[in-house]
Amino acid sequence: MSARAAWRLEETLGFRNVYRYTPGKADWLAAGLAREGEMAAVLRIGDVADRDVPTCGPGERVGDVRRRLQQVGQDVCVVVSKRRVVLGRVRVKDLEGDPDAAVEEVMDPGPVTYRPDTLLAELVEHLQQLPKGKANRILVTTSDGELIGLLRRADAERILEELHAQHADHAEHEAHAQAQASR
Amino acid sequence: MPTEISREDVRRLVDQGAQLVEVLPAEEYEQQHLPMAMNLPLRELTRAQAERRLKHDRPVIVYCNDYL
Repeated sequence: MSARAAWRLEETLGFRNVYRYTPGKADWLAAGLAREGEMAAVLRIGDVADRDVPTCGPGERVGDVRRRLQQVGQDVCVVVSKRRVVLGRVRVKDLEGDPDAAVEEVMDPGPVTYRPDTLLAELVEHLQQLPKGKANRILVTTSDGELIGLLRRADAERILEELHAQHADHAEHEAHAQAQASR
Repeated sequence: MPTEISREDVRRLVDQGAQLVEVLPAEEYEQQHLPMAMNLPLRELTRAQAERRLKHDRPVIVYCNDYL
């Protein structure tokens, strides 16, 4: 559709500098970028992921990364390339071996990743179909594989519960106000 | 020939004053759209509409949902 619009603007309507953002809205939203519109306020996992997650390179030493995680009190580190493309994930317990080994030797090279425009409610519903203890930490990446952040399953469930409680409170307040007004 | 661009180009060009146009129907635009984008659905992309809504002296970026 954008191809036809671009050609029409340029060839038929005489606009000279016409560009086509071919990957379009799907690409923009999958990168977790700002959005506007009626659905903009609906929480997506990119909105609530922790963007301050520890990262390391695949060639870093196991002992160094373990020490860094201990210093910041975290239990997981995302292994990324120089362009922040996710290469793997290591947990503290993966780092208990040879401190001189490279992280890439002990990392999980295939962690599941989700796009930031996934609805929080949809993610939680999906996770709740998995056994407890599975998928406790969700990596959020762009469609190019670049790290956006990490979302813990417990945090996702808690945030959604809080939202539901807020909506219930709001609905009760509205109903009360309507009842008062009709008296 | 319209130039194909990436999302980084979109950000840069919009910062420089480009006009960003979503050509999807209004209902889809109202649900969600890129910041600063205006809606000019393909079906309504007539000469009159284009002349009224767009400036010839600024670049125009068009987009829809994806490659289709």
